[in-house]
Amino acid sequence: MQSELLYKRLAQKLVDAELNREVVVKLTAEYPELTVEDGYRIQNELVSLKLEQGHRIFASKMGLTSQAKMKQMNVHEPIRGYIFDYMNIEDGILPINELIHPKVEAEIAFVLHEDLEGPGITEAHVLAATDYVVPALEIIDSRYVQFQFALPDVIADNTSSSRVFIGSTWRKPNELEIDLVGVTLSINGELKDLGAGAAVLGHPARSVAMLANMLAREGRKLHKGDLILSGGITGSHQLREGDVVSAKWGGLGSIEFVVKTR
Amino acid sequence: MDIEKITRFADHLAAASREGVGVTPLTLLDPQFSEIEAYHVQLKTIERKVKEGARITGKKIGLTSRAMQTLLGVEQPDYGHLLDDMVVENNGELPFEHVLSPKVEAEIAFLLKRDLEGPHVTTYDVLMATEYVMPALEIVDSRIANWQIKLEDTVADNASSGFYVLGGHPVKPQDLDLPLVGMALYKNQQLVNTGVGAAALGNPASCVAWLANKLYELGITLKAGEIILSGALSAAVEAKPGDVFHTQLAGLGSVGVRFGEKKT
Repeated sequence: MQSELLYKRLAQKLVDAELNREVVVKLTAEYPELTVEDGYRIQNELVSLKLEQGHRIFASKMGLTSQAKMKQMNVHEPIRGYIFDYMNIEDGILPINELIHPKVEAEIAFVLHEDLEGPGITEAHVLAATDYVVPALEIIDSRYVQFQFALPDVIADNTSSSRVFIGSTWRKPNELEIDLVGVTLSINGELKDLGAGAAVLGHPARSVAMLANMLAREGRKLHKGDLILSGGITGSHQLREGDVVSAKWGGLGSIEFVVKTR
Repeated sequence: MDIEKITRFADHLAAASREGVGVTPLTLLDPQFSEIEAYHVQLKTIERKVKEGARITGKKIGLTSRAMQTLLGVEQPDYGHLLDDMVVENNGELPFEHVLSPKVEAEIAFLLKRDLEGPHVTTYDVLMATEYVMPALEIVDSRIANWQIKLEDTVADNASSGFYVLGGHPVKPQDLDLPLVGMALYKNQQLVNTGVGAAALGNPASCVAWLANKLYELGITLKAGEIILSGALSAAVEAKPGDVFHTQLAGLGSVGVRFGEKKT
């Protein structure tokens, strides 16, 4: 456990890195003793700083939800973070000049019509509490040099949250087999990646259930109206100026955007 | 065409099946062995099996993913024949002594209601000639030791066909968005792969069109009533004795197979 002051200082460092587009060395290089819990304490400070700056929480997100990524990071539980209102893009343009080294991944997001309070929340509770499922493309952009980080680092860095595109095809959860929604991700017309909903912890609703249960440990819960990005169905793919990105979801429409300087 | 070589190579592969041991790659025995010769070895083997009483039930398309094509250095798929003795009942058992080094793939199967004759078959023609699509598991296997295959080896070896299982429920292809049908493959109840229709050349129906046009070169027509396995939706997963596989495809239900314990 570190001091309150250190959490604040490290959070400020990450906020500045995002704002100035200047990568920083992972925190655990200087503070190897940082734990996952410390990571969340720093993330909390980061959220407070953003809210003080007048930003609003737009969505929650889960990260490291695939077996491959969990194995790579040697973890057994996904990680959680936030997406702020300024991160939500509605004009189909990803402003590369505001970002560091963005990557894109395709996801399914949930909109809740009831609160979800853990512990003990299951996939079935999530489906019952879900108003709509919607397609989402998440842009991650680590504030660390070359996406090099340990688990406490990426948690502190708000799980690399950067931007998000939400699709316009919304479906009731019972209209789809959510784990069998197929997804294709193409960049400049070339199929880059594909998968199905089950790539997210076996079922995207399981990811939302885990989030509710993780929040319960801090006496918090998911609220009616919350938007939750459940985790990458595809891997994450590096973006460059001029790229045209197109993703399609079975029964959930498509999202397209271009990467350019604004 | 060197008929003697075609027969000799067909014998070479038949020995692998008979002895239950993988054999030397044909491309090692003869570095000049060509793709067209390889198809003739395949046809020779199928002709023999039909003479022995087997019935052709359809075709399978292989090498439909970019990854597999890159691995073998090719730019198009290949195909093999399906026979009635390759069928395993849905959720049935496949005795392990019937296979050498099996791998499992999830696919979309097409049941044709009309013949499809190349050379100008389009994806649209395939949809109109298809009675139903259904989920399938293909158990691919290689008579070549340790899967040390080049294109010509797998083509001669009936596109590394082994067995196939049909299941789920039949659906009109027009009722699905085939490129976006999601797939989850489970081994012993654990998720091992996910995929989507587009993994097979962008659209499984396009693979069937490719096949109809490819077969035209060999004077073969896809017949009404045939089953076409259109290509893997994810990488093949190795199977061991006792393993249980099942797959679920969006809108199509599930299909499963159990591998028997190896008899000693």
